[in-house]
Amino acid sequence: MTLSKSRGRAAIVGVAESDLGQVTEGYSAMDLTAQAVFRACKDAGLKTTDIDGIFCAQSQNRFAAMALAEYLHLPEAYLDSTSYGGSSFMGLLAKAQEAIAAGLCEVAVVAYGSTQRSMGRKNTSPPEYNPYESPYKPFLPPTAYAMAAARHMHQYGTTREQLAEVAVAARQWALLNPVAWEKKPLSVQDVLSAKMLSYPLTVRDCCLVTDGGGAVVMVSTERAKTLKNTPIFLLGEGHCTTHASISNMHDLTVTGAKRSGELAFARAGLKPKDIDVVEVYDAFTINTILFLEDLGFCAKGEGGSFVSGGRIAPGGVLPVNTNGGGLSYCHPGMYGIFLLIEAVRQLRGECGARQVAGANTAIAHGNGGVLSSQNTVILGTAATL
Amino acid sequence: MSSTKQSPYGAHLSYLQKGQLGYQYSTVAQKAVYFPREFCPYSGEDCLEWRISKGLGTVYSTSSVFPKDGVAYNVSLIDLDEGFRMMSRVETIPSEDVKIGMRVQFKTHTPEGDDPYPVFVPVAA
Repeated sequence: MTLSKSRGRAAIVGVAESDLGQVTEGYSAMDLTAQAVFRACKDAGLKTTDIDGIFCAQSQNRFAAMALAEYLHLPEAYLDSTSYGGSSFMGLLAKAQEAIAAGLCEVAVVAYGSTQRSMGRKNTSPPEYNPYESPYKPFLPPTAYAMAAARHMHQYGTTREQLAEVAVAARQWALLNPVAWEKKPLSVQDVLSAKMLSYPLTVRDCCLVTDGGGAVVMVSTERAKTLKNTPIFLLGEGHCTTHASISNMHDLTVTGAKRSGELAFARAGLKPKDIDVVEVYDAFTINTILFLEDLGFCAKGEGGSFVSGGRIAPGGVLPVNTNGGGLSYCHPGMYGIFLLIEAVRQLRGECGARQVAGANTAIAHGNGGVLSSQNTVILGTAATL
Repeated sequence: MSSTKQSPYGAHLSYLQKGQLGYQYSTVAQKAVYFPREFCPYSGEDCLEWRISKGLGTVYSTSSVFPKDGVAYNVSLIDLDEGFRMMSRVETIPSEDVKIGMRVQFKTHTPEGDDPYPVFVPVAA
């Protein structure tokens, strides 16, 4: 989606998470989705009855937008359930903007919810059988990311300690986020000595398994002028699908983020050096290294040293995953919506102890499947339009 | 009317049942295609022919998976000499001894009561 004609015609005016962590038994994924929608509308100064566009993806509802339309009792809302994993929400946000610009809706909500912790992963996202992979029993998704990490280590000398630095930085950010799941400090040694899941990744190289939902409300720019919040704009988006199964990924050290990032930056008219806050989909420690390289924040192969020594932690040279990330804040399975929420909050300047001073531009990079679907968005304040 | 036409997976399976690693080759794109498909995705043409791999390849990447109970087992990505990649495992050596760049040879593994599938063993030095 080029967004060339829709840029500036819609704005993000509300964001919210649902309850996170582990919710009471009996809550459904749609309860949490709707809870986040309710809160995001409240944040925007709107009611759920104002919504006329639903953009929803989930692993627990096959017809996610339809189910949310039912919950919200919005029989005529414009619906989009496009789903390609955790990066879906970047694409759904771009689609919402295009739909608003095309006059298909005026108040759009991008929404997600999951109860994968309280209900268990095998009940909430059952593995799909693939005759060319399943017989070997890869522990997916971790084994796919483990093989990417192993290849990066082989080609570039990246170390397990450098992978661990990503988890340590995420934890330091999480300790500044009151709603983060993890509450205790983490050391490189803690990561290395944690239970090995799929070599070279230990359980601390892997994202959390939590419940949670999130929602982003986008309205026409005209409507935004009537609302209280500082409007945040989508400046550019890019998407690239390199494969679905890990055995079909051409080069495990170069992701589709290279292309999705190029597209998003070109469309936004910005470069990596222009970005104030970086939110990347850290389902595994190797992700942060791969995406910082592929999005152009450092050279290919240098991600390991780039993330080390606290350089992406609070007080470092580049603020990355300021909410604590999927590694330490929350990860209900399709994490992309939370990257958008944090980017918007940073741009609105309301992040308290973890606020990046004077942030005007943010990148939110989503990843879906097993490094399969890469979807980048660049957001900015009105000053950047 | 029910069809008796062999599926892409069915054709692949037939080769395995004969102890062979079959793969498709695009005569238009002039490259191997794997996993098996209905047509060539590179050219968009109906130009795939089945070939039999020599079964020699190189470990592209590898991981040891640690199950909750039991011993670690190997999962690898193998680059076959004919230019296609597949997921498999390397057998006969401990999983942690499987290294990127190692030369490996295909063999068929036939689990009891299930479809055969390709596995690999190290090529003797």
